[in-house]
Amino acid sequence: MTIKELWHRLGSPRWFYQMMGPWGTGLGVAAALLLITGTLWGLIIAPPDYQQGNSFRIIYVHVPTALVCQSAYIMMGVAGFLFLVWRMKLADMVVKVTVPFGMVMTALGLFTGSVWGAPTWGTWWEWDARTTSMLVLLFLYFGLYALRQAIPRAESAGRACALLALVGVINIPIIKYSVDWWLTLHQPATFTLTEAPSMPAEMWLPLLVNVIGVYCLMGAVVISSLRTEILRRECNTSWVREELMGEPA
Amino acid sequence: MRSAIAGQVISQVVREWRTIARAPIDVANPLMFFFLGISLFAIGTGGEREGLAEIGPAVIWVLVLLANLLSLDTLFKRDHADGTLEQLLLLAQPVFVPVLGKVIVHWCFTGVMMTLLTPLSALVMNLTLDQTWILMLTLILGTPSLSLIGAIGAALTVGLRSGGVLLALVVLPLYLPVLIFGVSAAYLAGDGLAVTAQLYWLGAIAVLALTLAPFAVTQALAISVEQT
Repeated sequence: MTIKELWHRLGSPRWFYQMMGPWGTGLGVAAALLLITGTLWGLIIAPPDYQQGNSFRIIYVHVPTALVCQSAYIMMGVAGFLFLVWRMKLADMVVKVTVPFGMVMTALGLFTGSVWGAPTWGTWWEWDARTTSMLVLLFLYFGLYALRQAIPRAESAGRACALLALVGVINIPIIKYSVDWWLTLHQPATFTLTEAPSMPAEMWLPLLVNVIGVYCLMGAVVISSLRTEILRRECNTSWVREELMGEPA
Repeated sequence: MRSAIAGQVISQVVREWRTIARAPIDVANPLMFFFLGISLFAIGTGGEREGLAEIGPAVIWVLVLLANLLSLDTLFKRDHADGTLEQLLLLAQPVFVPVLGKVIVHWCFTGVMMTLLTPLSALVMNLTLDQTWILMLTLILGTPSLSLIGAIGAALTVGLRSGGVLLALVVLPLYLPVLIFGVSAAYLAGDGLAVTAQLYWLGAIAVLALTLAPFAVTQALAISVEQT
């Protein structure tokens, strides 16, 4: 299938619903396996840190959630752009179903960061640059969620949220730079694409497993909530009736 | 062509200006709120002079943000209620023309006014003269961005029942960079340090907002008008 064909196919929620069932399940299973492996490996087998002892182990939850909530927002911005420009129904649904997932992951990232901060920084909350930008990200998710709830017509709500997501994506780098202005207490990023990790392999491998796992989880959650959303929006069509009740159209 | 658009923007500004000049209470209310809020902070902290100077720049900036937010509620509301907005969207001229006109006038009556009121609020908050100057400079550079970004939120929420609080939720996180640069410049000035970087940042954000926001506002207005 060429990219152009795939592009046209994605315009059809029905096609997506029927094709993506196994993908959702597959990614869900992969996420469960990876997250269980990575977490057990990180919590039990990996060696303790020479400075932070065992308290560093929360990194295996903190870093994956903090990474995925930013990716989720960017994905939402891209989907919002697709919806505003091409009016692709599926893109609107992506914006809608990503918000709760991103909100939960941001909250988890903040919570685990706070728990980690208590023993290492000696405080539950510090207005550090990255903590602050995560908090703002959470507020951006709140805004999107509230806007969607406030607009009664689904079509308008979709376009309004898509626009707001897009504005948010343009703002995120500016927010990041502005809060980085204040000197940071946070340790530098654990993973960067350009450099080799500074941790030994037995410590970062389980982290990598968990990061991949949490991205699989995002895929699984987004796909399965998309399929539910498709059923809800298309509930008056004959194909949905056929799909769910086994009646011929 | 270019001068034609400039002329349209100017005539739009004149129209908005007249509308507001005939009902000045709409713009006076946020300004009174601004001054009232600052006084409440001063009274609430016991009026102790050193403490006031310490929180002063932050309090003034936050109140600017909030007063701006309150005034945004009326930005498109009346035009939306009587159908003018729909007619504006139907005109042959590009929609960013009336949008830009409205935002410019909004800025004149909020941002500029609050900047002019700043010496008074700086007096209440016990700021030094240097800090007051820098604060005014950051306000005049930062408030255009507030009006422009806020207009996106106002346009998105114009037809909605839950307008006010929703507008705050949508817009305030986007105001954060302006707040940070504005406040940090005032604090640095208080310590006698250079603030050029912050001023450049505020200017850059204003230019970026001026370039992109009118189009987002246009889109948002089209969405809001369509749903009613």
